[in-house]
Amino acid sequence: MATASTVQARDGAPSPPTRPAARRSALASAPSRLVGLLLAVAGLGLLCLLSLAVGSRPVALPDVVAALTAFDPGQEDHVVVVSLRVPRTLVALLVGLGLGLAGAVMQGLTRNPLADPGILGVSAGAALAVVVGITVGVSTLGAQVWLALAGAAVASAVVYALGSTGRSGATPVALALAGAAVTAFLVSVTTTLLLLDSATLDQYRFWAVGHVAGRDLSVAAQVAPFLAVGAVLALASGRALNALALGDDVARSLGARVGLTRVAAALSVVLLVGAATAAAGPIAFVGLTVPHVARALTGPDHRWVLAYSAVLAPVLLLAADVLGRVVARPGELQVGIVTAVVGAPVFIALVRRRTLAQV
Amino acid sequence: MTTTTSTTTTATTSRHASVRTAPAVAPGTGPTSPSTTTPGPEQLAAVVAAVRRGRTTGRARAVVVGLLLLLGCVVTFAASLVVGEFALPLREVALALVGRGGDDAAFVVGTLRLPRAVTAVLVGAAFGLGGIVFQSLARNPLASPDVIGVSAGSTVAAVGVLVAGTAFGVQVDQALLTPAAFVGGLLATTAIYLLAWRRGLSAYRLVLVGIAVAAMLNAVTSYLLTRAEITDAQRAFVWLTGSVNGRGWDDVRVMALALVVLVPLLLVLASPLRTLQLGDDTARGVGVRVEPSRAALVVVALGCVSVATAVAGPVAFVAFVAGPVARRLVGTPLTVVPAALTGALLVLLSDLVARTALAPTELPVGIVTGLVGAPYLLWLLTRANRLGRTG
Repeated sequence: MATASTVQARDGAPSPPTRPAARRSALASAPSRLVGLLLAVAGLGLLCLLSLAVGSRPVALPDVVAALTAFDPGQEDHVVVVSLRVPRTLVALLVGLGLGLAGAVMQGLTRNPLADPGILGVSAGAALAVVVGITVGVSTLGAQVWLALAGAAVASAVVYALGSTGRSGATPVALALAGAAVTAFLVSVTTTLLLLDSATLDQYRFWAVGHVAGRDLSVAAQVAPFLAVGAVLALASGRALNALALGDDVARSLGARVGLTRVAAALSVVLLVGAATAAAGPIAFVGLTVPHVARALTGPDHRWVLAYSAVLAPVLLLAADVLGRVVARPGELQVGIVTAVVGAPVFIALVRRRTLAQV
Repeated sequence: MTTTTSTTTTATTSRHASVRTAPAVAPGTGPTSPSTTTPGPEQLAAVVAAVRRGRTTGRARAVVVGLLLLLGCVVTFAASLVVGEFALPLREVALALVGRGGDDAAFVVGTLRLPRAVTAVLVGAAFGLGGIVFQSLARNPLASPDVIGVSAGSTVAAVGVLVAGTAFGVQVDQALLTPAAFVGGLLATTAIYLLAWRRGLSAYRLVLVGIAVAAMLNAVTSYLLTRAEITDAQRAFVWLTGSVNGRGWDDVRVMALALVVLVPLLLVLASPLRTLQLGDDTARGVGVRVEPSRAALVVVALGCVSVATAVAGPVAFVAFVAGPVARRLVGTPLTVVPAALTGALLVLLSDLVARTALAPTELPVGIVTGLVGAPYLLWLLTRANRLGRTG
C-alpha cells in the first residue's frame, strides 16, 4: 500500500481512489482523533488569550480577563483590549476558520492536493472587485466586504462553469486549469487598472498583503453570517466528499448525489473564501497548508480533515498575527506575510518528511 | 523567400488534412510514402502503410506547424519594427537595418525597436522551453514555472533592489535590475531544488516545494511594496507584470548567450525527457538514467526561466500556455521547438498589441499575455473536455 501511494504521489496527477481505511495516519483511532481535536481547541483558546495580551502595549493576563469581565473605560489597558484586540482576534478566528475549511473542501472537491483559493480564481475575483471599487471611489471597509464577496462568487462560478463544461464534467485538472486561466485573466485586468492609476495602486498594495489589524467588530459582524452558512455547508459535505473521493461512478453507485454535492461544496467555498478575503485581504497559504497537516494527522476521512482544518487554521492565523506583532516592534508585520513565511517551511517539511497524504 | 515557404506549407497542410479526414482512401498515395505501392500481401501492406503514414504525417505536421509559427514570428517581427509612434515604412526599416537609413530611422529601429523585438523573441522562446520541460517532467500542465516559484525569486530581488535603491539614494535602472533578478531567481531556484531533493528528485515534490517557496517570496514582495515609495511601487509593478519596454542590446546579449548554452543541451535531453514521460520504471527499463536526466532537465529549464525573468520580468502565462498550445497544434505530447516558437510568437505579438492598443500609453507585455493567454487556454480546455480527455 505504501509503495502504491508513493507511485501515485510521484505521478502528480490526482490519485486514483484508494480505500481510506488502508492508509496510515498519526491518529489512527476515532477516540485519539477526538482527543487530538480537543487539544487543538484548547490550544486555540490559549492563543486567543495570548492574542489579547501581546502587542506593542503588553497587557497582563489578569488585566485581560478583567477587561473582558469588568470593563472599565478609564483604564487604557482595558480600552486597548476591548476596542482593538478583541475585534482583531475575532476577525483572525473567523478568517482562519473560513480559509481552513475552504481549503479542505476545495482539495476534496477537486481531488487536487494543490487546490487553493489562489489557484481556483477566487482570490483574484475578490481582488479585482476591490480594485474596481477603489477605482470608482468606493473604498470603505463595509463596501469592500461586499465587493470581495461578489467578486469571489462570480469568479468561482465562472471557473466552475468553464471547468465542468463537456462530457467529462468537473475533473480536477479541468477545474484547476480553468482556475489558473481565469486567475491570469483577472490579474491582467487588475494590473491594468492599477498601472493606469497610481492612487489605486497606493491603496491596493496595503490591502494585498492581508491583515487583520484595524478591523472593528462591524467587519466581523458583516462576514459572520456568510462564514456561518459556508461552514455549515462545508462540515455537512464531509461524508459526500468521502464518497466523491472514490470517483464519480463509484460515488453514484453508492447513492451519493454527485452533482448536488459539488454545487453545495462549491457554494461553501465561495462563501468562506469570499468572506475571509473580504475581512482580511488575500491571505495565501493557509487554505493550502492546513488541510495537508490535518490530513497527515487524521487520515483521509474528510469529516475529520474538515474538523481539524477548522481548528488548526485559526491556530496558524492567530499565532502568525501574534508573532507579527512581536518580531517587528514597535511596528508590526501583517498576518498574511507571517503566515506565508512561517507556513512555507512547515509545508516544505511536510512534503519532505513523508509521502503526502493523497486527497 | 517568405512566399515560397508559405506556398509549400499550405500545400503540405492540405495534403495532410485530406489524409487525416479520409484515412481509408488510397493509403500510400502521399508523396512521402511512395514505397507502399510495391506488391505484397494486401493487409500487411495496409498496416505498414498506416504505420508509416502515421509517423510521417506526425513529423510532417510538426514541421509544417513549426514553419507556420516561424512565419508568424517573422511577420510579427517585421510589423513590430514598422509600427509605433514614429511610423516607418518597411523599406526605411530595411534600409536602417543595413545601415543606410536616416539618423532618425537608425535610432528608432537600431536602438529602440530592434533590440526590443529580439528580446521579446528570445524571452518568449526561453519561457516556452522552460514551461514545456517542467510540464512534461511533472506530467501536469499546472507545473509551469509561474506556479512553482522560479520567477518569485527574481521578483523579490528586483523589487528589493528598487526599494533599497531609493533608501540609499541610488539610481536603479534595468542594468541593475537584470543581474539582481537573475541572482534572485538563481538563489530561489537552488533553494527549491535542494529542498525538493531527497533520494532523487520527484517532479511532484518539486512542484509542491516550489509553490511553498513562491508563497513565501511573494509575501515578502508584497511587504516590500508596502514599504516602497509609490513611484518605486509603480515601477516594481510594471517590472513584475513583465515588460520588454526599453530593453537594449545588453539584454539581448545576456539572453542570447544563455540560450546558446541551454538550447543545445535541451535538444540533447529531449529524448530522455520523452522517455521519462512514460514513467520512471519504463524509462529505466529502456536504459535511461532517470535521476541524472531529470536533474539535468530541471537545471536547464530553470536556467531558461530565470534568465528570461531577469531580462523581462515574470511575463504572465507564456511558460504556462506555450507548451499546451504547441502540443495541440502539433498533436504529439512533447514538442520542444514548436513550444519555443509559440512562446516567441506570443510575446512578440502581445508586445506589439501592448504598445499600440492604448497608445500613447504603453502597457507592459505581461498584461496582454495574460488577457490573450487565458481565453486561449480556456478554449483548449473546453475542446479537450468535449473530446472527453483533459490535460
